[in-house]
Amino acid sequence: MSIKPTTRSAPSGKVSNTDLIGLYREMRRIRTFEERVGELFVRGQSAGSMLHLSIGEESAAVGVCSAMKGGDTFTTHHRGHGIFLARGADPNRMMAEIAGKDTGYCQGKGGSMHIADRGLGHLGANAIVGGGIPAVVGAGLAAKRRGSGAVSVAFFGDGAMGQGILYESMNMAALWSLPVVFVCINNQWGMGTRVDQATRATVLHERALAFGLKGDTVDSIDVLDVVAAAQGTIDAARAGMPGFLAVDCYRFFGHARKDKSPYRSEEEETDGRKKDPIKQAHTELTQAGHTQQELDAIDGAAAAEMDATIDFAIASNPPAQDAMFRDVFAPGEPEPEPLRQRLDRILARD
Amino acid sequence: MEKMTYRDALRQALRDAMHEDEDIFIIGEEVGRYGGAYGVTKGLIDEFGPERLLDTPISEPAIVGAAVGAAMAGMRPVAELMYVDFIGMTMDQLCNQAAKIRYMFGGQIGVPMVLRTQGGTGRSAGAQHSQSLEAYVMHTPGLRLAMPATVHDAYHLLRQALKQPDPVVFIEHKGLYALQEDVDLNAPPPAWGKAAVHRQGDDLVIVTYSRQLHYALEAAEILAQDGIEATVIDLRTLNPLDFETIRHAVEQTGKAMVLSEGPLTAGVAAELAARISEECFDFLENPVLRLAGEDIPISVSAGLEAGSVPSPSLVVEYARKLMK
Ligand SMILES: Cc1ncc(C[n+]2csc(CCOP(=O)(O)OP(=O)(O)O)c2C)c(N)n1
Repeated sequence: MSIKPTTRSAPSGKVSNTDLIGLYREMRRIRTFEERVGELFVRGQSAGSMLHLSIGEESAAVGVCSAMKGGDTFTTHHRGHGIFLARGADPNRMMAEIAGKDTGYCQGKGGSMHIADRGLGHLGANAIVGGGIPAVVGAGLAAKRRGSGAVSVAFFGDGAMGQGILYESMNMAALWSLPVVFVCINNQWGMGTRVDQATRATVLHERALAFGLKGDTVDSIDVLDVVAAAQGTIDAARAGMPGFLAVDCYRFFGHARKDKSPYRSEEEETDGRKKDPIKQAHTELTQAGHTQQELDAIDGAAAAEMDATIDFAIASNPPAQDAMFRDVFAPGEPEPEPLRQRLDRILARD
Repeated sequence: MEKMTYRDALRQALRDAMHEDEDIFIIGEEVGRYGGAYGVTKGLIDEFGPERLLDTPISEPAIVGAAVGAAMAGMRPVAELMYVDFIGMTMDQLCNQAAKIRYMFGGQIGVPMVLRTQGGTGRSAGAQHSQSLEAYVMHTPGLRLAMPATVHDAYHLLRQALKQPDPVVFIEHKGLYALQEDVDLNAPPPAWGKAAVHRQGDDLVIVTYSRQLHYALEAAEILAQDGIEATVIDLRTLNPLDFETIRHAVEQTGKAMVLSEGPLTAGVAAELAARISEECFDFLENPVLRLAGEDIPISVSAGLEAGSVPSPSLVVEYARKLMK
């Protein structure tokens, strides 16, 4: 099922075990957060059911993000909770946003698919497949012109490989040698369509090579491999050679909360879920001498932290009704006139 | 009479049309194996095979563009856009290609295709999955536009759309798929392009379409308890537009309210209100009121989402004020 990398441009120096424990912690936090998102939905407290969990994709998020630096910017697709957590998101504010509450990152206006935070470089999650990709070309242009040294990374799924805008964006990034990286989290499925049902050319990074970008594929099972591949790709982009990195993983569960994946077999799912970067890191850490107790403590801390996000989200208020008219335009600009006010004005005149 | 949902009626229309016309095929994301994001095409792949239910990559411009080309080549494609919000990506194929081909090429080549999609609020689906974008379509010469509100129309408008010589954009409402009604699909439908008068009253006219029809009817029931009798018109198609039915009703009552979920400014309600004001000027006792979506994006938060579009209570409130 997984696609073997055909080129490995990343430096192969393995990251040390002290790093692995940190990476394990981050991956565990993400998985636990996503599990709590599922709970929020079951408890009827989420804003809607269009919640896309990144369980199984943790090493893609943590691995790539660990190679990014402060000041770097990024955009994500609709399955972006894990990526933002790996970039330092406050899980409380994330959960509150997913619940549509005013303490959320976007005051409850955006929701799960539209979380953003300018301060942490998050230029936005997107509900349009491919919608966030060209923004990194622009952010890369800005970084280059200003000489900020920042890289801009677009995260998207294999489904976005069908979007023409990806190719327009890659071409521009290559043409102008922008500090830009395209990261395709290839979880093998886009809704009910398997990668090979959407393309004949399943070695996805080869398309980037055709545009003159650096291109690479890495398997997600070992987070250290993802870190190494991402480091190579991101460092090169920072030096003016944009790149594309596909991370092969598996979408453990349905597309969104209500999808039970009837279009794929149980055998496939069982097999796919074996590609579990958290279990793998756990095994490697145990072999390296970390005790069960130590790892349990990490898991326990993640559980406590993420349990609290649910309480925070539920205790928060929904946005005030008049917040509706705010932020259509910049602060200080006139707000759109509410319909009621307008109608009353007209009828009063009558 | 049988009980049927809006969703099932749409599927039945596709099924019956596909049996009748071999040239019809469906092309879009998740339309085949998955059965459509909202289940409309569920099971059709078993009946008609993967050659007539084409599952595509996530490539909206090419989905619509391929449908345009197939239609030019004599087929009758049904392209599906999972959400009307994605129509922006396909605007060139729809507005520069499909809409203009017959005219630009001097009438030689038609584009008999249907673009099925769905829109509207109600699922906390957020700013990019909840819009009502029919005004974009209505604004473009060369496109037909159908928006069924009832189960009967879900069936018949789609059947009729699949007989049109020109491109039809067919916008369903995500809040109506589970709507169940008693229908007799053999009962003759209104002609294509004719509005339906759902209720006759002497006091005011409410002109609407799609889900807002149900809001208007709900409001009209409440108003009737106060002795206010409303005529409720469901336009069914916005292009063609049955203005005669509107004119007749406005002339009878002298008061008109236009009700639409799409944003107020430069929207469908704006066009309707302008026409009523121009054409029925001598009969109007009040300004034509537009009740439409606020001029803002749709929030994911349920309270803000609901507050962004007209509700039955808003209709009641302003119908009463209009009657004062
Ligand atoms: C332009 C556009 N087309 C279709 C959709 C509906 N849709 C949402 S997610 C999705 C599948 C995306 O698959 P992929 O990019 O592989 O990401 P994954 O869900 O697997 O993380 C589809 C078809 C959309 N949101 N935007």
